[in-house]
Amino acid sequence: MADETGVLVVGEIREGQLDSTTRELLSIGRKLADGVAQPLAAVLLGVNLGDPSREAIAYGAGKVFLAEHSFLAEGHPEVTVLALEQVCRQVKPNIVLIARTEAGRELGPRLAFRLGVGLAQDAVALGVDENSKRLLITRPVYGGNAMAVVTLASAPQIATVRPKVFEAAGKDQTLQGEVVRIAAEIPDSLRKVRMVQRVVEQGAGIKLDGARVVVAGGRGLGGSEPFKELEELAQVLGGAVGASRPACDGGWIDHGRQVGLTGKIVTPDLYIAVGISGASQHMAGCSGAKLIVAINNDPEANIFKEARYGAIGDWRKILPAFTETVRELLT
Amino acid sequence: MATKIIVCVKQVLDPETPLSAFKIDRDAKKAVFPPGADPVINGFDEVAVEAALQIKESAGASITVLSMGKTFVPDVIRKPLAMGADELILLQDDAFETPDSYIVANILAAAIRKIGGFDLILCGRQASDWDNAQVPLGLAELMNLPCLSIAKKVDLVDGHVRVHRVTADGYEIAEAPLPAVVTVSNELGEPRTPTIKGIMAAAGAKPTVWGRDDLGVDVAGLARIEMADVFIPVRERRCEFIEGEDEADAGRKLALKLREAKII
Repeated sequence: MADETGVLVVGEIREGQLDSTTRELLSIGRKLADGVAQPLAAVLLGVNLGDPSREAIAYGAGKVFLAEHSFLAEGHPEVTVLALEQVCRQVKPNIVLIARTEAGRELGPRLAFRLGVGLAQDAVALGVDENSKRLLITRPVYGGNAMAVVTLASAPQIATVRPKVFEAAGKDQTLQGEVVRIAAEIPDSLRKVRMVQRVVEQGAGIKLDGARVVVAGGRGLGGSEPFKELEELAQVLGGAVGASRPACDGGWIDHGRQVGLTGKIVTPDLYIAVGISGASQHMAGCSGAKLIVAINNDPEANIFKEARYGAIGDWRKILPAFTETVRELLT
Repeated sequence: MATKIIVCVKQVLDPETPLSAFKIDRDAKKAVFPPGADPVINGFDEVAVEAALQIKESAGASITVLSMGKTFVPDVIRKPLAMGADELILLQDDAFETPDSYIVANILAAAIRKIGGFDLILCGRQASDWDNAQVPLGLAELMNLPCLSIAKKVDLVDGHVRVHRVTADGYEIAEAPLPAVVTVSNELGEPRTPTIKGIMAAAGAKPTVWGRDDLGVDVAGLARIEMADVFIPVRERRCEFIEGEDEADAGRKLALKLREAKII
């Protein structure tokens, strides 16, 4: 690992702006870079990167590498990885951070295998070992039942980072930085995957992403009918309805509402869990909530380990009274 | 020639193991199987087997199931055969149980090259033990194949695989030329339960077993990660239980408590 230096954040752009996950990477990236006394840089891949590159500098990147290519506009990891590999071979970073978004969780492994190095997915804590100066990556394993601390022997050390775990970097317009263009070669023959159609399924009600209140139901609800009661409460609170995986797999509510390790990660102010046992797999999706309230008939249920307030008993009796009282309090 | 599908499956600790029985051996840096507990086929991998069986039923295909590990429980690892797969190949070696995706993908790639003549590789989107979600993408990169991830529907159309990929706000229809790698998610639907007839047939099947010498792989040279620690995080129980005269009263008091704490 002699030559490699610096922390490289792989940026994502959404509607012409840096995604919030990139700002999170720039904040943890800054801490790591300072920890090993190395520079922090960002790489942006896509088209029309002028504004986002200025943003990246204002959020702390000392250098921004730009790979602009029309093939990168779609953001398909199969193509993005080709450009990113070229950037890494040229820049030789010591650490590469990628947000574990839909694109990032695919981009990370592809990049690592192309470079022949190791990768840790889904980091929830990142540090530097005092002696070896290696990255210490903490990541949930066994569906979140346990944590593993991993180090990577080769450089670059690549980690994908769980969104919404680290605070986003603050903006400082006075910061100066350098923009370096890198010509990426992407042979058309390597684009094998063809996107045919994007289908947006607009579920009824408020979206889970960004909702301030989430009312979620699980296996304990026993069917689709009870979700109407959850929707009623969500409506009163101006929140969204979520669900655990068993409820979605049971067909009681569509999979777009799934909260958890393999569903959505939500960070509302208030998360109300009804009939959810709180398996680690589910908690991975909601433990970032500011406050969890649980209604469950099993006092030993894991959900009560993470909940601030709880009511033990039959949700059929507890929930209507709860909803009614909330309604009275709010009107 | 008939379509040939390879499905990669892994034997894992049952993710439904109650938390009270879930233990970590900090020296071995992995979970300990509770006494008497059998492993299961990783849930997403079973869904991948189901996806393969659906293709077999609609378009005709042979299904080879490939699994890698140190030890296998015969009744568990034969389940894909009992569900309807045609052939089972076990990659068995003391060094084949590892959380290092780089090792796993390289060994699977060596085995898949040895098998040869395949059209489609199906994998679960991730395994419920290490949750790496790396091996299928690694396989695709190592074998220079296109990869479509997190599919809820998989069809073969005119030498292409067409999938519905799960996205945050719906799904994306995408296709790639064969041979290709596809990872499958639970949204595809529940995998079928083996029939008695299937179980009987699977019990008599003789899996092919390959070790590291059969594959010619240098496992130590493929190591890319070091596990520094594995532990169960301590969670402080600080839940305040709201009680009432009856359950409805508890519900009312819970709402009042949230107001009092200025949460609503």
